[in-house]
Amino acid sequence: MGKLKTIARRTFLIGSAAIAGGVAFGVYKYKTPYANPLLDNLAEGEAALTPYVKIDASGITLITPRADSGQGAYSVQAILIAEELDVELDQINVDPGMPDKVYYNTALGADGAPFAPTDDSFAANSTRTVMDSLMKFLGMQVTGGSTTVPDSYEKLRLAGAVARETLKAAASQQTGIAVSELKTANGMVETPDGTKISYQDLAGIAATLDPVDGVALRDPSTWRIVGKPHQRLDTLAKSTGTQEYGIDFKRDGMVHAMVRTNPRRGGEMISYDDTETKAMRGVQNVLPITGGLAVIADNTWRAIQAANALEIEWGDAPYPAEMDAHWQALSDSFNDDQQDSRMRDDGDVTAALEGAEVVEAEYRAPYLAHAPLEPISAVVEVSKDRVDVWTGTQIPRFLQGNVADITGVDFDNVYIHALMMGGSFGHRLEARVVKEATEIAVQMPGVPVKLTYSREEDLSHNDTRQIAMARGRGTIKDGKVEAFDLSIAMPSVIASQMSRQGLSVPGPDTQIVAGAWEQPLAIPNYRVTGYRAPELAPISSWRSVGASTNGFFHDVFLDELIVAAGADQMEERLRLCWHEPSRKVLEKVAEMSNWGAPLAANKGRGVAFCMSFGVAVAEVIEVTNTDDGIKLDNVWAAAEVGKVVDPVMFENMVQGGINWALGHAIISEITYSDGMTEQENFDTFESLRMYQSPKIEVVGLENGDHVRGIGEPMVPPAAAALSNAIFAATGQRIREMPMNKFIDFV
Amino acid sequence: MKLTVNGTQHEVDVEPDMPLLWVLRDELGITGPKYGCGIAQCGACTVHMDGEPVKSCQIAAEDIDGEIVTIEGLGTPDALHAVQSAWIEHQVAQCGYCQSGQMMTAAAFVLETPAPTDSEIDDAMSGNLCRCGTYPRIRAAVKTAAKNLSEGA
Repeated sequence: MGKLKTIARRTFLIGSAAIAGGVAFGVYKYKTPYANPLLDNLAEGEAALTPYVKIDASGITLITPRADSGQGAYSVQAILIAEELDVELDQINVDPGMPDKVYYNTALGADGAPFAPTDDSFAANSTRTVMDSLMKFLGMQVTGGSTTVPDSYEKLRLAGAVARETLKAAASQQTGIAVSELKTANGMVETPDGTKISYQDLAGIAATLDPVDGVALRDPSTWRIVGKPHQRLDTLAKSTGTQEYGIDFKRDGMVHAMVRTNPRRGGEMISYDDTETKAMRGVQNVLPITGGLAVIADNTWRAIQAANALEIEWGDAPYPAEMDAHWQALSDSFNDDQQDSRMRDDGDVTAALEGAEVVEAEYRAPYLAHAPLEPISAVVEVSKDRVDVWTGTQIPRFLQGNVADITGVDFDNVYIHALMMGGSFGHRLEARVVKEATEIAVQMPGVPVKLTYSREEDLSHNDTRQIAMARGRGTIKDGKVEAFDLSIAMPSVIASQMSRQGLSVPGPDTQIVAGAWEQPLAIPNYRVTGYRAPELAPISSWRSVGASTNGFFHDVFLDELIVAAGADQMEERLRLCWHEPSRKVLEKVAEMSNWGAPLAANKGRGVAFCMSFGVAVAEVIEVTNTDDGIKLDNVWAAAEVGKVVDPVMFENMVQGGINWALGHAIISEITYSDGMTEQENFDTFESLRMYQSPKIEVVGLENGDHVRGIGEPMVPPAAAALSNAIFAATGQRIREMPMNKFIDFV
Repeated sequence: MKLTVNGTQHEVDVEPDMPLLWVLRDELGITGPKYGCGIAQCGACTVHMDGEPVKSCQIAAEDIDGEIVTIEGLGTPDALHAVQSAWIEHQVAQCGYCQSGQMMTAAAFVLETPAPTDSEIDDAMSGNLCRCGTYPRIRAAVKTAAKNLSEGA
């Protein structure tokens, strides 16, 4: 660093400096005990001031530590940094960087606090601050919970602003012109006489300066980039087949692996015969891994064929072998001993139900697979003092720990190289493929091992969405909803998920009631109780987690009460809703769908509302009851997110999320028989196809005080709106998914 | 055995039953065609064989009959095919993993159907799964591609 500093100070290199190294900017250096990780990998003459902006001879690189599974995380992070840095999106590169504590998620903790998102009380905000400190302490670099935008919204703009002001300070030092006289645009500092100095030419000096402190963020009215439509950074690559995904990654000398483990998840391997496998072309070895075997071959297909040729006797599953017993376990969980939480208890529900005519209903939601279209894979190379892992992941720092535990290599010498994911939906919150690839690679030091799951292995070993059941009891009075009592039973997703990381989480699991208890409704007698079912098959966070089932239960039951009351479904929801930004989304979809306009006799319209992840979403669905079954015609959706960072990405995410929810609601489930999933591929695990996809109109509203993410919140109300629409069209009430068990769809 | 992919002739030494998908991906390093299911359910592996869209996971090496074109041969970032331009214009992709297959199916379809209706598009495209649910954008992009192709012709 010293040499460049000397040169820069001596010579005023305007617009012509040859950069030996580079400079990296970030933010929060003055607020955090964590060092800037970019400092570790800089050569002589390079410098790094913050963890998010790196400028060197190759250009301007924005570090985007939140993982991209197709939701556009890299692009949205780049937009936020670029806004204040004064660079254009076609001038920059993005790099997820290496995992580091400094990239902990500042929004995940706040969402974990047991307060409704509409609660801005001192107690709620104090707890959120404590939760944030915990996330920081743990260095929780996690992508999930629709937190990328809320986590990044201020932090990354500040990172851009600090870098920009530091570059201006460098320009001031170089030219002798006061900082207040300098402007920035297009990756350059401009002096009053119009001279432009590129950021790259200022990197050398900037490297010698402390980052400028106390930078104010710009007023949103001046924004050039945030809120405007852009071409996503990966659109060109993904439109030309040139995007590299994890499954495409290669290393010289790499071998291909495929595993077989017990399809009765967690059961043992009793015996095996690998004679046929070992004789197959391209097979190099058969190696043991935890709970099964790995076949090593010279290409992916041969590895899959050879693994399938293994003859293995498997032991029993540690959970019930048949579905009836899973449902029975849920049904048996509605008791005081298994009560997990009662976070909503307004009025006097018990008194209101007593002696009244009670509306009762029971609801069910099945296990579901994540099944991103890219089967998961990982490349692991174990060297003497380090391990390198190339994979798509939402939990890079957990993976570092998992790999360190298996190999005995220091945590800090485990390098996780994040690759683009062909979808995730929560699947990549799990570590199994990386753990197994590491167990293989340890047995083959120096050789890069690529483990690619077959679709069958991926789907039959998916840590699925939770199975869930709910019971509603309610009353009406004078044409209004008077009492609403919803009891929900499911196993704990968080307990199951964290157990695979060796962690136990104390206290109630708020996911058991998420998407139900925190609804901003002023029902006079209103109670939501969560019951913790025993652990059954392994489950994990599936797009919108607890709310994916509870949004369906809560709003369909509400619809049943409104029907019983003889009220209009839209008007009664509006009457009950006390939260103004939430009322606005209902009013918006009423307007978009022309709610109340007459429909043909064979058509029906349903509305549903759900607040999840702090986002109020209302959806109206219109269906036609045709001779061939129910046809999904139109969906209108409105979501309150505080700020739409990019309207194109927003629209695409909402449309996709609604299709995700509707497809699973009508045709998808994972079931167990003999302890194994009965679905192993897309012939039996059916998925929405184009002819089933409705027209979807989307509006993002910006009336709220909080900026939120939209990756998940559009999912929970969709199945409810569909059930409500089918009831309106046919008079048949569907209380269980998948709905095609009860009614035909086109 | 010999095969021609994107205008280039290759010779590979593989089992007769190795699927074309894996010949392309693992033997030739052509990774635009994707593995999604291996049983002709998802369409991520779609390529053209003599101009016809086929699911390359279902074509055994010994049955390869005709010139193969993959997404890389359809067009490139510097010389886009009309379908690729439309995919960019409508920003179809989310994860993008299925989109190579979607575009290969669409490219063959729009040549035969210059002014497609929604239901014709649905019929042609429903063999290609998109787990991200980008179907509304695919529909719009197919229409744009068909329009641009027929106007350019």
